[in-house]
Amino acid sequence: MPSLAHYIVLSAVLFTIGALGVLIRRNPIVIFMSVELMLNSANLAFVAFARAYQAVHGQIFVFFVMTVAAAEVAVGLALIVAIFRTKQTIDIDQMSMLKG
Amino acid sequence: MTPDFALFLILALVAVASALGMLFSKNAVYSALYLIINFGTVAVFYLLLSAPFIALAQVTVYAGAIMVLFLFVIMLLGAEQTGRTPARWWNQPLALFLGALLLVEGVYLVFSQRSTLLADLAPAEGFGGPITIGETLFNQYLLPFEATSILLLVAMVGAIVLTRRKARP
Amino acid sequence: MLLSEAVPAGGFFYLAPWVLFFPLIGLLVNILIGGRLGEKAIGGIACAASGLTFVVAVLLAVSLANHPEGQVVPLADWITIGDLRLRWAFQVDTLSVTMMLAVSSVGTLIHIYSIGYMHEDVRLNGDPPRFRRFFVFLNLFILAMMVLVSSDNYLMLFVGWEGVGLCSYLLIGFWYEKGKDGIGNAIAAKKAFVTNRIGDFGFLIAAFTIFVAFGTFEFGPIFAKAGAVSAVAPGLILMITLFMLLGVTGKSAQLPLYVWLPDAMAGPTPVSALIHAATMVTAGVYLVSRSAPLYVQVPLAQNSVALVGGLTALFAATIAVGQFDIKKVLAYSTISQLGFMVAAVGMGAFVAGMFHLVAHAFFKGLLFLSSGSVIQGVEHGHHHVEHDPRLKKTLKQRHAAHQPFDPQDMRNMGGLRRRMPTTFWVYLIGALALAGIFPLAGFWSKDEILAEARLLNPTVYWLLVIAAFFTAFYVGRQILLVFFGEPRTEAAAHARESPPVMTVPLIILAALSAFGGALNLPGLHTFTLWMEHTLEFVHAGEFNLQVAGLSTLLALVALALAWWLYVRRAAELARLPVQKRPDDPLRAMLGPLFTLLENKYWVDELYWAAILNPYIAASRFLAEVVDGRFWHDWFHDTLITSGFNLLTRLLSVRIDLGVIDAIANGLGTFTQRAAGSLRRVQSGYVRYYALSVFLGVVVILGYLILR
Repeated sequence: MPSLAHYIVLSAVLFTIGALGVLIRRNPIVIFMSVELMLNSANLAFVAFARAYQAVHGQIFVFFVMTVAAAEVAVGLALIVAIFRTKQTIDIDQMSMLKG
Repeated sequence: MTPDFALFLILALVAVASALGMLFSKNAVYSALYLIINFGTVAVFYLLLSAPFIALAQVTVYAGAIMVLFLFVIMLLGAEQTGRTPARWWNQPLALFLGALLLVEGVYLVFSQRSTLLADLAPAEGFGGPITIGETLFNQYLLPFEATSILLLVAMVGAIVLTRRKARP
Repeated sequence: MLLSEAVPAGGFFYLAPWVLFFPLIGLLVNILIGGRLGEKAIGGIACAASGLTFVVAVLLAVSLANHPEGQVVPLADWITIGDLRLRWAFQVDTLSVTMMLAVSSVGTLIHIYSIGYMHEDVRLNGDPPRFRRFFVFLNLFILAMMVLVSSDNYLMLFVGWEGVGLCSYLLIGFWYEKGKDGIGNAIAAKKAFVTNRIGDFGFLIAAFTIFVAFGTFEFGPIFAKAGAVSAVAPGLILMITLFMLLGVTGKSAQLPLYVWLPDAMAGPTPVSALIHAATMVTAGVYLVSRSAPLYVQVPLAQNSVALVGGLTALFAATIAVGQFDIKKVLAYSTISQLGFMVAAVGMGAFVAGMFHLVAHAFFKGLLFLSSGSVIQGVEHGHHHVEHDPRLKKTLKQRHAAHQPFDPQDMRNMGGLRRRMPTTFWVYLIGALALAGIFPLAGFWSKDEILAEARLLNPTVYWLLVIAAFFTAFYVGRQILLVFFGEPRTEAAAHARESPPVMTVPLIILAALSAFGGALNLPGLHTFTLWMEHTLEFVHAGEFNLQVAGLSTLLALVALALAWWLYVRRAAELARLPVQKRPDDPLRAMLGPLFTLLENKYWVDELYWAAILNPYIAASRFLAEVVDGRFWHDWFHDTLITSGFNLLTRLLSVRIDLGVIDAIANGLGTFTQRAAGSLRRVQSGYVRYYALSVFLGVVVILGYLILR
């Protein structure tokens, strides 16, 4: 029977992969997807804890996370589209206009 | 090796593989598809963890709506991924190193605590079901619920505003 | 004022300050509004001031007749520092009133005479407006002299002492732009002032020593303590008296500081009469008489004074024999007679000295004024000759006219008794009084001195006797050269008598010279009794027939010798051709000795060579080399200024600019460079930022784990 620890480890692995994705990839959409992955791994941890402690609050929280993630995706993708319209490219390394 | 554990292991592998696939895929569409697989796997995990409502919400919202949105945008912007050299040559190695470090830290953290077997405690009847979720959500968390509705409204408006073209004279 | 109230019970002592106020008012009026007044008004104001001073002096004398002990009349406080408290106070006693009377009487007569004399003089010298200045200075002199004789303390006396010195300078250099080379008068005035200054130095040292010894400057307390202090510290009293003697030799023209008096003849004749014969030069004699209580404590000082006086008397008399300038003869005569006075008061014969002072004021004042009359008469003759077209001039005369004509040279005179009779008679009276012929004033006063000297100091007695012989001789020589014989120049032949405004004062002075002996006739001793009230050490001089006879005999012999030389011999020598004719029969007789006398023993030249030139050279050296080149150029400019500049340059460039600015700028540069380096953190790459965040997370997590 997988213990809580297994689920948390899995969540950690997924989180790491997501973080790496944010750091390595140059396509902002893919970076965004990695962020979603990170959020997902956090959700997994929540649900695992909810099951472990018999508290449904963890799942409620997941519900909220999902809602916020959805809103965030909408806005973020709109941002990316707007940037693309300006710069004609979505290479993240080209977005260095705030360079000091 | 109980069947539960074997199932968990297989699903975990799938999840990690799809995540890695998403990470290393050159094609953005392929990355999106890999992510969908990952979401599906996570949904199954939810089911295993007595969260049916959340599982279905996951599939509906995440895999269904969000990923579709992603695919729309990928199509809109072009999915090519040119493989040029990164800005700083030490970015990638350092990121990998730090990632490994984080993993090690996380694993160490987890296994240094006592953990309970999930099977020891059987959840209550209807745990994770819509009725239970609904009761808690609309009683205890009513305010956050309403706030999120406003959040969604704002997001909608924001998305529209951000993608508006310049006002015509 | 009713006659019964005429003399108040307390006497007129309270009028004492008016001896100062009248001359002061006179000179202030002349300064302020004299420019708008005529000559007569200016002269009148000045004479009135002097005359009123005389009236006050007379009133004070009357008061003294009733209150012979005198009085001190304070006016105001002058200096109050610590123990020293000085007042402006007037010492009205017989000694000071005697001086006041002498000064103001002779002074007033000379004021009157000056109206006429200066009227001519300013026109002869071409500056009529300067008339006013003369009378301002004369009044100033009377003021200063009164301060001198009426003071009750040594410091106020010194104020007057300096004041008369100043007036002497101002009046000698009255025609400052004239004289030899256009500067001679100014040089003479300077010489007088500087020589006097040396004497003043002596006076000041004496004054300071007095303060050290007595703690005060006032006469009363000093003379009361004189005996006590002398018993304890006789050296101090000796120092005081000897330094005072130095002051006396300066002011009263004794050896060795007499050299200014002959040069002072450059001033107008009334000045010579008033200041350098009758009054200022007697200040030294007055000083010694006043300080009698100090002098009697130290016989050594007394001997020194008497010896200085005696030597001066003889020395100056011999020089007078060889002079040709009419005023120079009188100047050396003055020095000689002052020697008599100084010798008298030095020996302790204070009354004799003061008596001779008064008599000398009369007849020497008379002689000087008369000589002024003579000189102006000859000047007029000279003008007349030069500018009269009616007189036929020979070629020689026209040639001679281009030479500078000296109206004061006795060789240009002769036979003036016919042209200027009044002047001749008064001059004769004055001259015989000077020679000491019975019964004129000079006889009585000089004889009293000789009688005292024989008793008190035989050495000085013989010096004075021989001096008296020479006195009579040069007097005779002068009379015969000026008034007798034939006129030796055209100017003398056309000389004219002076106006009454000048001759009347002469006549008055002649009367005083003739009858002034009555002041202190032996037997009556009026003056002695008068002076006894102030000076404690007087004793009535006894008339000594031997002394009187010897001196009269010598005087007559001298006059006869003069007659023989200047009438008989002169007539013989006149027969020689012009080239071989000596200008003075005495020169023929004495030869090189006469040249020595004529050049006054070359004393002035000696002073120049031995003292003045080295002094000037030393001061020039100090000024140019030490002060200029060393101190200013090298020390200041090179050492201090350049060194300072070097230091400031070092500080400013090396330290201020180099170090401090470098630090300040360095901070700025460092900040810039640091900012420039740190700026590169903002690379603009999002992934880089995310990496930083991730790194931070890992680090913190690690820290939390390891804690």
